[in-house]
Amino acid sequence: MAEKKITLEQVRHVARLARIDLYPDDEERLRTDMDQILSYVDKLGELDVNGIEPTVQVGESGAPMRSDEVTNSPNAEAMLANAPVRHRGYFKVPKIIE
Amino acid sequence: MSNEAYEAVIGLEVHTHLMTKSKLFCGCSTEFGRAPNENVCPVCMGMPGVLPVLNRRAVELAVRAGLAAHCEISPRSIFDRKSYFYPDLPKNYQISQYETPVCRGGYIEIQSGDGAPKKIRLVRIHIEEDAGKNIHEADASLVDFNRSCVPLIEIVSEPDIRSAAEASAYLHELRGILRYIEASDGRMEEGSFRCDVNVSVRKRGVSELGVKTEIKNLNSFRFVEKAIEYEVNRQIATLESGSRIAQETHLWDPVREETRPMRSKEFANDYRYFPEPDLPPLLIPPAMVEEIRRAMPELPSDRRARYIRDFGLSSYEAGVLTAERETADYFEGASVGLKNRRTAANWVMTEVLRIANETGQQISEALPSAREAGALLAMVEAQQISLNAAKTAFAAMIKSRKSAVETVAELGLAQVSDTVAIASACDKLLAAEPEKLAEYRAGRDKLFGFFVGQVMKAMGGKANPKVINEILKQKLAG
Amino acid sequence: MSSSTELNRLTIADAAALLHKREISSAELTRVCLDRIAAVEPQLNAFITVTQKAALEQADAADRRIKGGDAPPLCGIPLGIKDIYATKGATTTCASKILSNFVPPFDATVIAKLRGEGAVFVGKTNMDEFAMGSSTENSAFGPTKNPHDLTRVAGGSSGGSAAAVAAGECLGALGTDTGGSIREPASFCGVTGIKPTYSRVSRYGVVAYASSLDQVGPFAKTVRDAAILLRALAGHDPHDSTCSARPVPDYERALTGDVSGLRIGVPKEYFVAGMDPTVERAVREALKCYEAMGAKLVDITLPHTSYAIACYYLVATAEASANLARYDGIRYGVRAAAEDMISLYEMTRAQGFGAEVKRRIMLGTFALSAGYYDAYYLKAMKVRTLIRRDFDCAFEDCDVIVTPVAPTTAFKLGEKMNDPLTMYLSDIFTISVNLAGLPGLAIPCGYDANGLPIGMQIIGAPFAEETILRTGDAFERSGAVIPRRPAL
Ligand SMILES: [Mg+2]
Ligand SMILES: [Zn+2]
Repeated sequence: MAEKKITLEQVRHVARLARIDLYPDDEERLRTDMDQILSYVDKLGELDVNGIEPTVQVGESGAPMRSDEVTNSPNAEAMLANAPVRHRGYFKVPKIIE
Repeated sequence: MSNEAYEAVIGLEVHTHLMTKSKLFCGCSTEFGRAPNENVCPVCMGMPGVLPVLNRRAVELAVRAGLAAHCEISPRSIFDRKSYFYPDLPKNYQISQYETPVCRGGYIEIQSGDGAPKKIRLVRIHIEEDAGKNIHEADASLVDFNRSCVPLIEIVSEPDIRSAAEASAYLHELRGILRYIEASDGRMEEGSFRCDVNVSVRKRGVSELGVKTEIKNLNSFRFVEKAIEYEVNRQIATLESGSRIAQETHLWDPVREETRPMRSKEFANDYRYFPEPDLPPLLIPPAMVEEIRRAMPELPSDRRARYIRDFGLSSYEAGVLTAERETADYFEGASVGLKNRRTAANWVMTEVLRIANETGQQISEALPSAREAGALLAMVEAQQISLNAAKTAFAAMIKSRKSAVETVAELGLAQVSDTVAIASACDKLLAAEPEKLAEYRAGRDKLFGFFVGQVMKAMGGKANPKVINEILKQKLAG
Repeated sequence: MSSSTELNRLTIADAAALLHKREISSAELTRVCLDRIAAVEPQLNAFITVTQKAALEQADAADRRIKGGDAPPLCGIPLGIKDIYATKGATTTCASKILSNFVPPFDATVIAKLRGEGAVFVGKTNMDEFAMGSSTENSAFGPTKNPHDLTRVAGGSSGGSAAAVAAGECLGALGTDTGGSIREPASFCGVTGIKPTYSRVSRYGVVAYASSLDQVGPFAKTVRDAAILLRALAGHDPHDSTCSARPVPDYERALTGDVSGLRIGVPKEYFVAGMDPTVERAVREALKCYEAMGAKLVDITLPHTSYAIACYYLVATAEASANLARYDGIRYGVRAAAEDMISLYEMTRAQGFGAEVKRRIMLGTFALSAGYYDAYYLKAMKVRTLIRRDFDCAFEDCDVIVTPVAPTTAFKLGEKMNDPLTMYLSDIFTISVNLAGLPGLAIPCGYDANGLPIGMQIIGAPFAEETILRTGDAFERSGAVIPRRPAL
């Protein structure tokens, strides 16, 4: 069997970075899927891209800039309306430990 | 082994809010102190589908900072996404700049310990958005996004700083510059000017860098100094005991006056920076740089030089007057109509700074306007009032907010230079004190002061002392 | 005139004419669509939310506006809106559990534009969760079925919109296209769909999947209708920094029917072994038809085509991994019960996202992570440059490029669900167009032995929407293919 592109340990690390809790069944399943996709993606290795500029965007160049004006008026209620848990005008979360 | 065998290697990362009316990527107000989540919109709350649009003023202020710090301005810079999960970060990525910041290089000049100038080099200045604020309660944390997306610049120094005192000098100089160019209000307590410190130590003579720790949560200049001192000593003690320094992020605990490792950074950060696809590159053509340069207010170092060159002030005086832009502006405002700028310089360095210090208020809040101060000083120069009378008038003006002319008149502080009135007072005195007069004429010169004092008393303290002197001398000579 | 129960079969152009002549009312037209929705939805599942009440109010308002004279072309026209568009006051789920309760306090720019035109929104259409998929099977609300064969997929990710138009539930619909998500379902359902040039239409308020690839576009029954819709959608938006300020042409005026002298590029890489021979035959027939109309066929090559999928799945997933980080259960959406912050994130996202979304977030996170950035993400961005250059070269020799939309017709439900890579490969002919930022039009060009529609793709140079619409319209006018209505 070909060399693994990604190990279970790496899958767990990536899941931690992405903040997704993986169920034990998921881990191996994801590892296999990612392995398959990464092996496929390996075909890019056939191409010599030395000196080729990366294409990050395909739109027009130059970020437009807006003038420094306050165009929004306070509307806390509308902004809080979707909050899963709110408290005195704040979004409430479990206590954060710094 | 003593601490002298080691040297500290310190680099600072300063984050400062830019003084814009609206946020970096949306039209929400940046006003401080609003009720929670009032200054928010779908964009700065990271709602699904929203996109950033760059604030031109923020770019201009960042370029100003770069020009003030002798940086190279990038004609094309890139925004990147910096990914990490934190409740105050709405998109769970921060739009920042990574490989291609808006400004590169440059330096800030400080006075080092021996008074010699020293350049602290900069790595970069980049634009980024601020996060919201977490408030910690007993059993939960609360999130307010008012500050989310407020424009920041991050100013990263090279590790050129060697002591807590140099760090403090650098911060004061940087803050002064940013305030002069109206980029930042420099308010550390309100969190609009923040500083993270990277500290390592190494044996003197060694060129490679030691393992560094990063210290966060420093919200006053004093804490920066204390934290650096604490951390340098801790690292030296650690090394001396044979242990190694761990590369960690520490928090400054202002109550215990010590640093401690942060618990939330359990596993190494991997920010996964990549170019922000929602913002095309930021283009700053040379013409735009020139336009920004032309609109830039005078820098503190330039003002200092001008005061020495044009006003004949000493380097020390020029330094005191230019330390804050407000002080310098006040000085210049007050000295406009004066014969001698030094009159205003002395006044500002003594009276104005003393009062501002005592009240703990800004000059603009605590004191009469610079114009009125100038009017008062003009009266001193014209010998219409005494310096003491001017102090009395100034104190009254602070309370009444009345003009200098009005105040001097109301309090009857104008000096009497009327020679006839003074001569008559002298005559009366000499007639009433024949023995003292005889003693004086017999050679007791010391009595001259007595005669002056008595005439002044008789004139209700308002006579011009110079005129009294002249008249008395004539009369005593007989 | 058609009987009132058939009003939903009208094209937008015809319905608008009748509305303006006041021969029909928008209320009538909307009610017919809503009735059709009620009748077929149990089998089709093209909609996640049907906004019946709001639609009827919009229809009444449109009727008043038409009465007042000078109403815009889309006034009173019932449309389906992919559930990826923020619609103020109406749930916007992106077919995800994690957003199943999200009610945006704002409208996407294109939604605001359509409201301004007086269009009627009959509901929010089904899709692959966060637009990740090619079959609309990755929906938290169940798959959409193909109206031509209920055992088959509608295509994806905008499958609900394509199926809704094909089934006559609305006269037109909005989709989004990141790797083929408009063109592939249009092809599978036998309708017209256009993915405009990147930056032609604002993305503001469109839930982002892969920001540098996502584009907004319409579905319709005809090329003319697509042109009418696109004109309403396109144009500058100060809320989208990537949106072009170029003026928007009157696309309908470009539909002259004339293709004489048009140089049609035929890329050899798009007619390959393994593809469904009936699909190839149908597209080749269409090319002959163009030749007969005076167009010239040019053999071209797009040599990096076979790298497009690999490139796409790195670029798209990398961007997606950041775009989807905001779904954390703090400000909106569904939150899992948890004691501490880390668990709150991890449980919320584990429970809220479906398998394919997790797979892509994981892949993208990996591609950007320390030590892998250069080998995966950066490499893909460089290959993207090569793919783009292929098209630049090709367009020196031709005016449009014609290819199949997909290598097959609609596949069976469940057929590719357990094999992500095979599913990804169904986008092989559409993905390059997104990587290069080009406009692409999908129109029906025939039917296979099972009566399933076959789609033809017409690709243009940047901002050449007029040319590809004219090319598509000319084929439609030729009468070479008579569109078939689903039996449903
Ligand atoms: Mg920063
Ligand atoms: Zn905002």
